[in-house]
Amino acid sequence: MRRYSVFAIAREALRYHTGWERAWRAPEPKKKYDAIIVGAGGHGLATAYYLGKNFGITNVAIIEKGWLGGGNTGRNTTIIRSNYLQDPSAAIYEKARSLYETMSQDLNYNVMFSPRGLIMLAQTEHEVRGYQRTAHANALQGVATEFISPQQVKELVPIINLEGPRYPVLGGLLQKRGGTARHDAVAWGYARACSDMGMDVIQKCEVTGVRTEGGKVVGVSTTKGDIDCDKLGIVVAGHTSVLAEMAGFRLPIESVALQALVSEPIKPCMDVVVMANTVHGYMSQSDKGEMVIGGGTDAFNNYTQRGSFHHIEETVRALNETFPIISRLKMLRQWGGIVDMTGDRSPIISKTPVDGIFVNCGWGTGGFKAIPGSGWAMAELMAKGHSPLAEEFHMYRFREGKFIDESVAAGVAH
Amino acid sequence: MLTLQCPYCGVDAEETELQGGGEAHLKRFGPGSNDDDFEGYLFLRENQKGIHFERWRHAYGCGKWFLAARHTNTLEVFGTYPAQSTEPPQHIKDAISAKLPGWKWGNFS
Amino acid sequence: MSTRLAKGGRLIDSTKPLDFTFNGKRLKGYEGDSLASALLANDQMMVGRSFKYHRPRGIVASGAEEPNALVNLGTGGKFEPNQRVTTQELFDGLTATSQNHWPSLEFDIGAVNQLFARFLPAGFYYKMFIHPRPFWKHIYEPFIRQSAGLGKAPTEKDADTYEHFYFYCDVAVIGGGIAGLAAALEAGRSGARVLVMEQEAHWGGRAVVDGVMIDGEPAEQWIDNTLAELDAMENVTLRERMMGAGVYDHGYVLGYERLTDHDPKLAGPRHRLWRIRTKQIVTATGAIERPLSFAGNDIPGVMLAAAMRDYLVNYGVSVGDRTVVVTNNDDAYRTALALVDAGLVVPAIIDARPQGGGELMEEAIARGIRVEKGRGIAKVKGRARVTGVAICAQEGEGAVLAEIDCDAVAMSGGWSPVVHLWSHCGGKLNWDADQAMFRPDATRAPTGDKGQPFVITAGTANGHLYSAEVLVDGYTAGRTAAQAAGFTPAATEAAVGEDASQAPLLPIWLMPQGAGHALKSKAWLDFQNDVKVSDIQLAAREGYESVEHAKRYTTIGMATDQGKLSNINGLAILSQALDEAIPNVGTTTFRPPYTPISMGSIGGAARDELFQPIRKTPIQGWHDENGAVYEPVGQWRRPYTFTRGGESKHDAVKREILNTRNNVGLLDASTLGKIIVKGPDAGKFLDMLYTNMMSNLPVGKCRYGLMCSENGFLMDDGVVARIDEETWLCHTTTGGADRIHGWMEDWLQCEWWDWKVYTANVTEQYAQIAVVGPKGRQLLEKLGGMDVSKETLPFMQWADGVLGGFNARVYRISFSGELSYEIAVPASQGRAFWDALWSAGQEFGVMPYGTEGLHVMRAEKGFIMIGDETDGTVIPQDLNLGWAISKKKEDYLGKRAQERSHMADPNRWKLVGLETLDGSVLPDGSYAIAQGKNANGQRNTQGRVTSTYYSPTLGRGIAMGLVHNGPDRMGEVIEFNTTNGGTIKAKIVDPVFYDKEGAKQNV
Repeated sequence: MRRYSVFAIAREALRYHTGWERAWRAPEPKKKYDAIIVGAGGHGLATAYYLGKNFGITNVAIIEKGWLGGGNTGRNTTIIRSNYLQDPSAAIYEKARSLYETMSQDLNYNVMFSPRGLIMLAQTEHEVRGYQRTAHANALQGVATEFISPQQVKELVPIINLEGPRYPVLGGLLQKRGGTARHDAVAWGYARACSDMGMDVIQKCEVTGVRTEGGKVVGVSTTKGDIDCDKLGIVVAGHTSVLAEMAGFRLPIESVALQALVSEPIKPCMDVVVMANTVHGYMSQSDKGEMVIGGGTDAFNNYTQRGSFHHIEETVRALNETFPIISRLKMLRQWGGIVDMTGDRSPIISKTPVDGIFVNCGWGTGGFKAIPGSGWAMAELMAKGHSPLAEEFHMYRFREGKFIDESVAAGVAH
Repeated sequence: MLTLQCPYCGVDAEETELQGGGEAHLKRFGPGSNDDDFEGYLFLRENQKGIHFERWRHAYGCGKWFLAARHTNTLEVFGTYPAQSTEPPQHIKDAISAKLPGWKWGNFS
Repeated sequence: MSTRLAKGGRLIDSTKPLDFTFNGKRLKGYEGDSLASALLANDQMMVGRSFKYHRPRGIVASGAEEPNALVNLGTGGKFEPNQRVTTQELFDGLTATSQNHWPSLEFDIGAVNQLFARFLPAGFYYKMFIHPRPFWKHIYEPFIRQSAGLGKAPTEKDADTYEHFYFYCDVAVIGGGIAGLAAALEAGRSGARVLVMEQEAHWGGRAVVDGVMIDGEPAEQWIDNTLAELDAMENVTLRERMMGAGVYDHGYVLGYERLTDHDPKLAGPRHRLWRIRTKQIVTATGAIERPLSFAGNDIPGVMLAAAMRDYLVNYGVSVGDRTVVVTNNDDAYRTALALVDAGLVVPAIIDARPQGGGELMEEAIARGIRVEKGRGIAKVKGRARVTGVAICAQEGEGAVLAEIDCDAVAMSGGWSPVVHLWSHCGGKLNWDADQAMFRPDATRAPTGDKGQPFVITAGTANGHLYSAEVLVDGYTAGRTAAQAAGFTPAATEAAVGEDASQAPLLPIWLMPQGAGHALKSKAWLDFQNDVKVSDIQLAAREGYESVEHAKRYTTIGMATDQGKLSNINGLAILSQALDEAIPNVGTTTFRPPYTPISMGSIGGAARDELFQPIRKTPIQGWHDENGAVYEPVGQWRRPYTFTRGGESKHDAVKREILNTRNNVGLLDASTLGKIIVKGPDAGKFLDMLYTNMMSNLPVGKCRYGLMCSENGFLMDDGVVARIDEETWLCHTTTGGADRIHGWMEDWLQCEWWDWKVYTANVTEQYAQIAVVGPKGRQLLEKLGGMDVSKETLPFMQWADGVLGGFNARVYRISFSGELSYEIAVPASQGRAFWDALWSAGQEFGVMPYGTEGLHVMRAEKGFIMIGDETDGTVIPQDLNLGWAISKKKEDYLGKRAQERSHMADPNRWKLVGLETLDGSVLPDGSYAIAQGKNANGQRNTQGRVTSTYYSPTLGRGIAMGLVHNGPDRMGEVIEFNTTNGGTIKAKIVDPVFYDKEGAKQNV
């Protein structure tokens, strides 16, 4: 792999950039791989990357129905944080966040991780107590957060309205090293690194069946023919139920549309990411200047990547109230993604009833921030059969009543 | 933005009048049931990309719960029917078959 | 130079001059001008700077597709960034400033980026700024952020108002050009309810400017007649300045009406968002002209040919004195002819087609215009303004054949139908290779709730470029839509359009076709985001082959015009680079809105006080007048405390508690949920709903009950009163009333529908006041009318009666541990009853208390609070509430779930009281630390604080918490963490801190 650097750019500039090589190869599938990952989104690519990097397993194919990074990786609001309440969540999200810190250097691809700080606003007494609890939990989990006063919030977010007539800002949970990254670049950077390790990223290849023998996986059928494997990782977010059905098991998952929108770009006016969970809205400003805004999910199963407009209304209303200046901006574009919600809204990283099949799903509305941690844990689980990070996220926890419920701290998982 | 006809009051209800209630025709398993049955009842879901039987409440209307057969990818509604039903009416099953021959969902087909 | 001609301009009124300013310069325009036409009339060719390289940018279009000419408009609370000058109507006093430059439009430091353009190809930032790591956040990114963005951020709160409309119709026609009007006419004549929306202030679309003849007369005549006929129809609603913003599932359409943007002095809301539900939609949204990709096609003075014609015909504005026309189709000849008609000079028409055009070309030649066939533009000369063009053979590599001096270039690369609204909800497209355009595929229309197609496209939006076809298509679409909506079209015929015949277009994606790198890196595709032909080719070379990858890698089509001008050109370049057919490469997804809509309009009237409804108890007026400090609880606002004089909240709470414990306090408990459950099976039902038995509660008695979710978690609690044989009244938490009522209905309607039970949520039918404290009975006795003695009305009983003349239901229940009566009266008498208690209570030292006092007093008594001791993961067993779980019952909601291994685990954290050794208050949310770390390096924990307060009654901090094996560890001291790394020691104690025997409440 030719390394990217300012010198490489200068060199290429002299020959009009005609010498750049492909970021990732476009191979035809081999007959067999040690491991196949279905889904070349961030989680799938990260799984493959850490299989190679941490365990030396490089005879790997990542199979993608559409184009890599084309699912939720490319349609989220790019927020990265790890200020979760429950230990298992804090562990995996903090692992992910710390891997984001060095991702650009690790991948030699600038993913523009920007630890610009993230505030979750407390707008009721109940939320104040909830975030104070999170701050105490985080202190023991090795996650650096602090509960700050309304005045400190105002200093960090000058455009905020502290005295909303309905929900005054009573404080906020600040994670200074939370922030954003460039979502597409995460997928592209991983794909390039995987390809460089000799893995095959196979796009426009749809899995049509999962082949098992005697309760063990032997391969998949695809639109590009049958491909054999010893281990199969299903990492397809909203479409997990469809793949699970092919493999013959059901999951505690429902797929719903989550919506987001951006404004037209304006000059920088908000450096930190702000989440206002009481009023269900969150917002950051991208490096392009767009205000990137996320909202809620629909109440019905949906595979269309289109959501209902009244959610957009509710979100924008909340943000007009919290940040009065945005009322005079314009919404440039709205879109939806299909997210998979589990019974406790926490993810599943787990073995399955089929030997050799592993599943990584259920990230709901908060998958992007977890990508490297999720890939790390999934790779460890696939390579070694167990992973401390994935330990609590197994799919059997529902029947045991061992929930990982993050909604308890008035938090929503975006 | 869905519209669903409430089978009780006959209103073509806007999505904003409705409250979604998830998968329909779940069989409740109470004390004494085995783990598989209980897990299936409370957590495991069909979640097909295709037909879906689901619960809705006309919350800002007549207040009644009803059931709907809907396609999760085209959003076509094959029909709505009272919540006091143990299975979808035949005419709704026929309407689904016309669009999705050979469909199967839980115990229904 | 661009200027106003002495005559012409069908839309302006030259007797009504208007003043406006641009970058502080005072300029003049006329009523009817757009800001764009007014700027051009004042020779303001350059109006902004591009995003990446800060290149000079001029007006390139005349409508919503404009990517370049965006301005900061207005000031203060009426300031708006990124307003398109092409869609902004001029008004007197308008102020606009250009964007994205420093220090000035003419001299912009950021333009230095152009010098380094070679080092800043598509995606350059992915390949550099990687080292050293901290530099991204602290150096590179701040620089990029500052140089990106476009308009300024507003600094003041929005001074305007907005509103929403609901509208139901049979046929919604989007677009008021001749296709849309023809469709509306047919739909209207059928009797269908029709809504027609036109985004501009004028009807008829391009027909008038293009000189179309309809039924033998100029198009204007037919348009006027049609509008008059539509206007006279009661079933038709016409709206101009209203854009069809988005099409959503099941026939939902958003209309964006701009009411005062053209004249901010008008009263009323600025924008109105229409939420339209329609059976059928006709999208007659026209088409957008495409630029041609040649070097220097972004220099101010290069404009779309049809736009130049618009400025000339509509506003009497000439963009240049000498205009070179460059085209691959016949339509641009109309511009040349119009320019010559206006007395302007067209030195040449550069037609890339070897054979040239048809009738219109013949006319141009006859008028003496030089036509260069098979030629292209090698490059445009000039920096901030066109000074000339170099022409070359289209099929060559750009060797210059001749240079032509000119000050404007009119370009036309063909037309792209506006398929956005068709596509929003899943309508599919076909590639029409002859016309080089994507056209809607009528066989794959968006489908509605019954699987029926609900969008029909018509006219130019459907790919028809002749007015004769357009009119028939619109006519047919209107009839089809009416029919689909259940109406019968009238017996009418389509209007007949006529216009010049045209020679076929020749798709030209790069000019000249063999352009080398030097030219390609100056041939712009996306003018705002500075994406060049060479960038797309680079993306393809690097493997960003999917159209979405190429888009995201280069940022083409991601600017504020969302690719209206650039997407097809970019796609064609990508398909060439990949050696694939255009339809195989595909398009990107079209997302709403069609053009950006204001956030204000999306929010509508729901701002400030109207943001969300506030529920008020009947007594809230008194609270307002008596120093209440509120806290939001659901949609209610409950008094947290009532401050007096300069008192702090903390002091007020302390005073309220001590007074309640010593004298008497009043609490407005009206927000508590009150649900009537009635019927022969009501007892059986409540036994399923609550963990304990309710069926055996005697009439006249009260019982505390717990409700769990089917998942086993505790979700609500409250006191249940048995009213009569068949009737129970269930109190719920304030936040739980609606949810629990819905929960009851869910089970009754969906699971146990054969049980005879009725429920009614009567929360708002009653005002409920807690009279609490040792002097409470005296107070009630003073009001008189009911025997409230211990003998007649003992603890945990209720009685109906008359108190001080009020019909009252009195419950002897206590959440504070004091002698306590909760008294419900009809809501309408709530305030009067409170007032009566207030005046009667004066001699007993009565004071109101708020939610914080309530919370502290219940904690002193060790009572749990839903939301504090519970958080959705706690089961009743954790809270030592086993006594409230019936052992006799076979089933209740949540019982099976509680049998699961983790819930039945004896090692769960359980409720205890906690006292710090020094009497201080434990921090909210603190965790009890245990030895060692877990496998993920996190400190082990053994419990946590659930409630913690300063107890004025006890004069020290008290807390409740969940601790591992807590009840078995009484007296043990454990450590709780603080957020600064420290710890606080606390002793595990009984959670009942006050009056353990219950002597005070049971008197």
